[in-house]
Amino acid sequence: MGERTIIPFGPQHPVLPEPLHLDLILEDEKVVGAVPSIGFVHRGLEKLVEKRDFHEMMYVIERVCGICSFIHGQGYVQTIEGIFDLEIPDRAKFLRTIWAELSRVHSHLLWLGLMADAYGFESLFMHCWRVREKILDIFEETTGGRVIFSVCKVGGVWKDIDNETLKKIVEVLNVVEQESKDLTNVFIKDFTVQKRTRGVGVLTYQEAIDVGAVGPTLRGSGVAMDLRKLGYAAYGELDFEPIVEKDGDCYARTLVRAREIYQSIDLIRQCVSKIPDGEIDVKVKGFPKGEYVSRLEQPRGQVVYYARANGTKYLERFRVRTPTFANIPALLKMLPGCDLADVPLLALTIDPCISCTER
Amino acid sequence: MAFNVIGKTVMKSLFGKPATAMYPVIKNEFYPNTRGNIQVDMEKCIYCGICGRRCPAGAIEVSKPDKKWEIDRTRCIVCNFCVQVCPKNCLSTERHYTSPMTDKSNRISTFFGQTVQEDA
Ligand code: SF4
Ligand code: SF4
Repeated sequence: MGERTIIPFGPQHPVLPEPLHLDLILEDEKVVGAVPSIGFVHRGLEKLVEKRDFHEMMYVIERVCGICSFIHGQGYVQTIEGIFDLEIPDRAKFLRTIWAELSRVHSHLLWLGLMADAYGFESLFMHCWRVREKILDIFEETTGGRVIFSVCKVGGVWKDIDNETLKKIVEVLNVVEQESKDLTNVFIKDFTVQKRTRGVGVLTYQEAIDVGAVGPTLRGSGVAMDLRKLGYAAYGELDFEPIVEKDGDCYARTLVRAREIYQSIDLIRQCVSKIPDGEIDVKVKGFPKGEYVSRLEQPRGQVVYYARANGTKYLERFRVRTPTFANIPALLKMLPGCDLADVPLLALTIDPCISCTER
Repeated sequence: MAFNVIGKTVMKSLFGKPATAMYPVIKNEFYPNTRGNIQVDMEKCIYCGICGRRCPAGAIEVSKPDKKWEIDRTRCIVCNFCVQVCPKNCLSTERHYTSPMTDKSNRISTFFGQTVQEDA
C-alpha cells in the first residue's frame, strides 16, 4: 500500500471551465476517495424571487444556466402555470417541446465536443461544435437569442414559428443528423477512444439508484427513467422510448448521449408533423396562490422546480434542484479505484454544470 | 471505412468553405428576430414608467416631469420584456447589439421628449 496524498482538483482546471472542486485522496496513482465542495459561484436566486415579480422572474431563471436556459425557463413557467391551474394552448406546448429538444441536441453536441477535448482529440471537438453552430443559428432565427431565448412566458410563448420555418428547421436537422453520424461513429467505434472510456468509472444499476443519479448518468447504468415520459408539454403525444445502456461506464454514458441526439431530432420531426394551428398564449390574470412542484428532463437529467405563492405578485418560496447537484454523489461513487488521469474524464461524464448547481 | 471518413473530412477541410467567416470583412447577418439594442420612439412615449418598473435588470429610468427616458445599456439583458409590456408599443429591438465600450461613462443613453439626443 502506498502513501496517501491529497490532490486538489479545481476549482480552476483546464478541462472544466466551471468551478467544481474535489479533494482527491490518492494512493500512488489510484484514487481512493474524493471530497467535493461547491459554492464558488453562488448567486442567491432563491432569495431574489422576493424582489422580482413572478413574470419578471422568468428572465432571471433562464439565466440559471447558459446551456439548458430554455428548459429552466420552461420549468419555471410550468410551475407557475401549475399554481394557476392554467391549460396552455397546444401550439405553445409543441413549440416549447421543439425548443427544448433543440436545446438537448445542442447540449449533447457541446458535451461530445468537450468529451473529445478531455482526452485530447481536439479536431473532433471542433467538428462537434461546428455542427452545433447550425442549431444555435436556428435559435437565433426563431427566438432572437443564441443562448438566452426569452420566449417562454407564463401562459404560453412569446413568439410563434411559422410553418415555413418549421420545415426549414427539419431540413437543417437532416444535415445535422448526417454530420453527427460521422462524429458519433468516432465515439462509438474508434479503438483509441474506446480505450479511454470502456470500463472506466463503472456505476452499477443498484448504485445509480442508491445515490439518486439522474439523466444520462442514470440511463447509462441501465435504469429506464426519462421524465419526458411523464408527458408534460407535448411529450404525451409523441412516440419515443427512453434510451438505456447497460454497462454504466464512461462509454455507456457517451453512447446514451450520442443516441439521444438522434432521438431528439426524431422528436422534433414528430412535433413538426403534428403541431396544430392556433393561439400561442392565454391571458394570465391575477396573482398565483398555492404551491406546485414540476419535474422536467433536461439534457443533464431531472430538474425539480418548487414554488409557493401567497397571492401577491412576489413568490414566497422558490427552489430548483438541478441535475448536476443530484449527479455529484454519483461522481463520488465512480471515482474510487480510477486513475488520477481519468478523473477529468469521469467528472465530465456526468456533464457537470456548476452554475446550475449553485443557482 | 475509417479511411473513407478521414479522406472525406480532409477533402472537405481542404477544399470546402471555411466554417468561420472572415469577420471584419464579412459581417455576420442578423436575423429579423435577433434581439439587440432597445430603441424608444419618443413621439409615442407617455412616460408612464411601466417599462422601468418591470425591467428585471432595472436598466430603464423614466422621469415624467423632465420628459426623460434613460437606459443603461450595460445593465440591459435584452430580455425584450419592456418591449412587450409598453402600453404604447413605442419600444423596439434593433437588430444589432450595443457596441463594446471602453469607457463606462458612455453606458447610459438618454432620450428627451420630441428632440432625441444621445447623451455621449
Ligand atoms: S412603457 Fe412605453 S410609454 Fe411607458 S414610459 Fe416606457 S416606453 Fe414610455
Ligand atoms: S430588454 Fe429587458 S433588461 Fe433590457 S431594458 Fe428591456 S426589460 Fe430591461
